[in-house]
Amino acid sequence: MYDIIIIGAGIIGSFIAHDLSKKLCNVLVIDKEADVANGATMANSAIVHAGYDPEPGTLKAKLNVRGNRMYPGICESLGEPYVRCSAFVAATSEAESRILDTLAERAGERDIEYRDMDGDSARELEENLSDDVIRVLEFPTTGIIYPWNIAIALMEEAVMNGVDLKLSEEVVDITKEERYKVTTDRGVYEADMVINAAGVYADRIYAMALKGEPDFHIKPRRGEYYVIDEMAKPVVNRVIYPVPGPDGKGVLVVPTIHNNVLIGPNSQPVDDKEAVCNTSEALNDVKARASKTVKNLPFDKVIRTFAGLRPSGDTHDFVIEESKTLAGFVNVACIESPGLASAPAISEYVIDNFVKDAYPDKNASDYVHRKPITFMTGMSDEERNELISKDPDYGRIVCRCCLVSKGEVKEAINRPVGATTVKGVKKRVGPGLGRCQGGFCEPLIVDILAGELGVDRADIRYDSAESVMLIGQTKKGAL
Amino acid sequence: MIKRELVVIGGGSAGIAAAIAAYNNGCKDILLLEKDAELGGILLQCIHNGFGLHRFGEELSGPAYAEKWKDSLAQTSVDVRTSTTVIHLTSDKHITYVNPNEGYVTVEAGAIVLAVGCRERSRGAIATPGYRPSGVWTAGTAQKYINMQGYMVGKRVFILGSGDIGLIMARRMVLEGAKVLGVAEIMPYSNGLPRNIKQCLDDFDIPLYLSHTVTDIRGKARLNGITISKVDEKLTPIPGTEMDFDVDTLLLSVGLIPDTALLNEAGIKLHNKTKGATVNEHMETSIPGVFACGNGLHVHDLVDFVSMEGEEAGAAAAKYLRGELIRKEDSVIEAGNGISYVLPSYIDTEAMEESMEIKCRVTGNARNVKLTLKNGDKLIKEIKKLRVAPSEMEKIEVKKAEFGAAKGRFVLALEEL
Repeated sequence: MYDIIIIGAGIIGSFIAHDLSKKLCNVLVIDKEADVANGATMANSAIVHAGYDPEPGTLKAKLNVRGNRMYPGICESLGEPYVRCSAFVAATSEAESRILDTLAERAGERDIEYRDMDGDSARELEENLSDDVIRVLEFPTTGIIYPWNIAIALMEEAVMNGVDLKLSEEVVDITKEERYKVTTDRGVYEADMVINAAGVYADRIYAMALKGEPDFHIKPRRGEYYVIDEMAKPVVNRVIYPVPGPDGKGVLVVPTIHNNVLIGPNSQPVDDKEAVCNTSEALNDVKARASKTVKNLPFDKVIRTFAGLRPSGDTHDFVIEESKTLAGFVNVACIESPGLASAPAISEYVIDNFVKDAYPDKNASDYVHRKPITFMTGMSDEERNELISKDPDYGRIVCRCCLVSKGEVKEAINRPVGATTVKGVKKRVGPGLGRCQGGFCEPLIVDILAGELGVDRADIRYDSAESVMLIGQTKKGAL
Repeated sequence: MIKRELVVIGGGSAGIAAAIAAYNNGCKDILLLEKDAELGGILLQCIHNGFGLHRFGEELSGPAYAEKWKDSLAQTSVDVRTSTTVIHLTSDKHITYVNPNEGYVTVEAGAIVLAVGCRERSRGAIATPGYRPSGVWTAGTAQKYINMQGYMVGKRVFILGSGDIGLIMARRMVLEGAKVLGVAEIMPYSNGLPRNIKQCLDDFDIPLYLSHTVTDIRGKARLNGITISKVDEKLTPIPGTEMDFDVDTLLLSVGLIPDTALLNEAGIKLHNKTKGATVNEHMETSIPGVFACGNGLHVHDLVDFVSMEGEEAGAAAAKYLRGELIRKEDSVIEAGNGISYVLPSYIDTEAMEESMEIKCRVTGNARNVKLTLKNGDKLIKEIKKLRVAPSEMEKIEVKKAEFGAAKGRFVLALEEL
């Protein structure tokens, strides 16, 4: 018996679970995926936008501006990195320059810091900015984060403070009687309130509860990206945006926390809610469009391509409201960009408007804070050696691209909301994110997972239960 | 800070050979650092035979070949650290390494041999379209699962790229009971050794699709199918030529790249073609006293040549430590027509030893050709070849007398007879 069930463990569900764990209420989070942050949260531009872009009067505008201001403090309290790297919005024509006027006006109204400069001044700050750029607006409050690690950290703290989390469980039915009855492929759970944060599936989840047609529909828009090796010389120091157009913010060049560069995304509507595939057309399109704002892009240093689905709705704004017909059923849907940047403010908005004072706050002294995961590359040699003297596994490097130790991998597995899959380890501590893409480290990670979880290597999955890796032993048997 | 005369980074075939050669050339304070728990490098997972014909005159398996070298190493006083990863390398030859016993340690080396090996190009690097399910591995990773852990990776297999590891793995998968449906190679010729095409594909009736590449990968969790397409001269897939294969495994053998993370950090000049260091005829990099060899310098086709190059680098490092590696004036050697790369990049024709070896790879298959080394219009050396192939490294020995007084810029080219 729960007070609140949250469906979806992406960045939105994780924020809401985290914030509710500070209250005296029983919360359950359910997600069909094998890990927290496996959908849109896993595959996006990883930017905390400043908030100058959304149309005036929208929830997007209000919550993006607020979210941008909340992130630094939240990241600090979670022990997760937040880098305020700044951003350029670059115009290459007079027509585009006029759009910058609009953005500057919005920024002024929203009290967002910005600087207006000509192309040459901008190129002095970003040497790879295209020669075609004639004018730039700089937004210094733009930040970069690792979205999935923030979601994992939030969920970890939520679980440490009493939230229940069910992964690899798919919601198959929702009925409202006295209370809500949420049926999954594994069990039935009851609660007074349901918060629907199911990403691309939010319309189907709502339809399940309504037993009818929902008043919003989600038609995902796919975005494809390249990832550039951190070994390439710094390409950009700031996020470089083209001027926004009808299909969004356009193709960006984005520095990441660990010095990779992301190039993307395009915007392609798709019918399939799982169609996270790359296409050569889109990748070529991304290449051509990124080159309009940034020159010398090192496409010979690409280490990966990926695609993500934006949970875009037919509403043109976030849908964050209680169902008109189902009391206590709150939709947090159509959270496309700037959803990540708005996430902390979305959670605050949901709790302020729909949970209100139904549950009293816990005593602050009863709240348990997480200890950040060990990150050896950020330590001094003395700190590392102290750690290694306690557990020699911190001196055994298993990922040579990102310099991750066996100790860190073990820790990622053994924490609350620990990694149970190869992808889970990769998300939490990095092996597989580097230039070898797991070529060297993956067999070692499988070994460590099998050892720590006490299972056979063949039972280790890449991600979902169906993502089988090793199919069994060779003729000679396990070595 | 601890000081060591010579530090060899990497305990695979090149590093072991370098350490032994340095020892035999008088250097007695040698530290050999290996990231894996055991010496031998990638040889340990190469359980097929074919190693050692040039060096030992017999065909050995990878582990047996490594064992011979490890036995020789045991006769020396080389100080070996395994499970030890080098984290930093600076231009003033400071090395920081870490292992479970010592933690983080920084040593100052008199000379360094980089024998760091190479990595496989991944699917990400070639940006193959499609989904990203499990079941897609580089051939070497699959080889590690199968030969080192004893686990099978799939039942119905397709292989992209006809590099030697891909060919070897095609046979290995068949021997383990899997069905290999084919090998696709984007180039009009194979990058593997002819003997591997014969012994690993032809003998098992595995089709080789030349001028083909993978254009789609299907399966949201585990791979369930791929599409291959024929490519045109610009290597662009031709619509309408698609062929689908129902497979659960796709292995990639699409190239090997020297591992250069440490070289980048130290600021060592890299070769734009090999992607490893640029070196002179002593295997010395742009930092005096830092030498490079093996697949971390340029990718070889035979391990015997890796070992020999390691020996050259080790001997040169010992000579450097004795203060006998004298440089007067660097000339450059460049790749001309028909040559993809030439090694070394620099040579001192005045201070060189009695003879030196130039290594190169050609850009395409050819018959009845000659390799010519010229200094301006002046022909320094010419070697006739009945056939050449990109998969086979060519070696040309040039004597000091043949260079004479020539210096400046040399060009190695392929010409028709």
